[in-house]
Amino acid sequence: MASLKDVKTQISGVKKTSQITKAMNMVAAAKLRGAQQKMENFRPYTEKFTAAMSSLAAGMNVADFPLMQAREAKTVEIVVITSDRGLCGSFNANIMKRVQQLTRQLEGEGKQVSYVCVGKKANNALKRGGKVRKAYTDIMGTFQMFNARQIVQDLAANFLANGADEVRLVYSRFISVASQKPTDEILLPVQPLAGETAQGQKGGDYIYEPSTAEIMEVLLPLFLNVMVYHAMLEVGASEHAARMSAMDNATTACKDIIANLTKLYNKARQSGITSELMDIVGGAEALKG
Amino acid sequence: MAEKIQLEVVTPGGAVVSDQVDIVTAPGFGGEFGVLANHAPFLSTIKIGTLTYKKGGQETVLMVSGGFCEVSSNTITFLVEAAEKGGEIDVDRALRAKKRAEKRLAQTQQKQENINQTRAEAAMQRALARLKAAGRA
Repeated sequence: MASLKDVKTQISGVKKTSQITKAMNMVAAAKLRGAQQKMENFRPYTEKFTAAMSSLAAGMNVADFPLMQAREAKTVEIVVITSDRGLCGSFNANIMKRVQQLTRQLEGEGKQVSYVCVGKKANNALKRGGKVRKAYTDIMGTFQMFNARQIVQDLAANFLANGADEVRLVYSRFISVASQKPTDEILLPVQPLAGETAQGQKGGDYIYEPSTAEIMEVLLPLFLNVMVYHAMLEVGASEHAARMSAMDNATTACKDIIANLTKLYNKARQSGITSELMDIVGGAEALKG
Repeated sequence: MAEKIQLEVVTPGGAVVSDQVDIVTAPGFGGEFGVLANHAPFLSTIKIGTLTYKKGGQETVLMVSGGFCEVSSNTITFLVEAAEKGGEIDVDRALRAKKRAEKRLAQTQQKQENINQTRAEAAMQRALARLKAAGRA
């Protein structure tokens, strides 16, 4: 049996760990609130943007816009968005699993795959394969629309220069605090928007300045910005939610361990006392002689 | 001018303005344009510049950066990447940004780097628009 002192140090060690995990849980909860607020603030922008885009896209010829032109996809670029930091359970592992799945599927179809990593964890997991074309790390904590724009500019330039025939986005969707789901979307070529036919008639009444085609030219990159930024926000919120539940689990596990160790400690103490008593009793017996 | 138009300025960070106003003037693709109540449906891209709206004789100036605006059913919606009210602009920061952009422009013109030049020009325009909005507010 472990000695009293050993058990005591172990207990205090686990206690300290539980303090850390508890603090991390609370920090994640506070950050999650911020991330959710950010998402909430962004929603009206996305909604209005999509509405305007779909009324604009109605009756427009896809072939006129290089960003919308579908080519035979021989090379596919996967944009992987993960968190910069770990300690959030299987959050990043789930995203990477999705990436691997997608890669296998695409490579099975004879396509060439390359990656663009957003977030340190994606880069760490993929850089050994040597297929990472570009990595953006240490931006997930405080990202701005500006970061999304940088990424999109690079992606669009690469797409237009035939560096990739298709660009996919893999990220984690924030469904609730308890559930985050890895998803993939096609980013480029820009997919025709759903519901554009329904709004087609409405679009015809507008006065456009400049022409619809020129507006589209400006809006398409912006639309990509919106998509990437949105994905980054989702990942941000998901990360904090995942960390929150992971840290909550860790705290509970710590409590269990502490309870077990305390039991062990008490047992050890008890047997110590018993043997001491035996000594005293033995000594007294001997004195009686 | 009894009739008013609903003005909405939305940025990725949330709504900046949501108000009933008399007139809106904005930097459109083809130059400044004004919008009054009951304007015909209209869609235009927005350049970096200043947006002005009047409400009951009181004028407010905003700095806006690129995006677009839509007018329909007596509502004018601006979707821009950034919008700041004149009074909330950090003038020192804008001045610093202007100086930085000037320096960078001078540098890039010598080396003829196109990408950086466009970026520096955009930075310059933003700084100027901020200063203009701050100066008039």
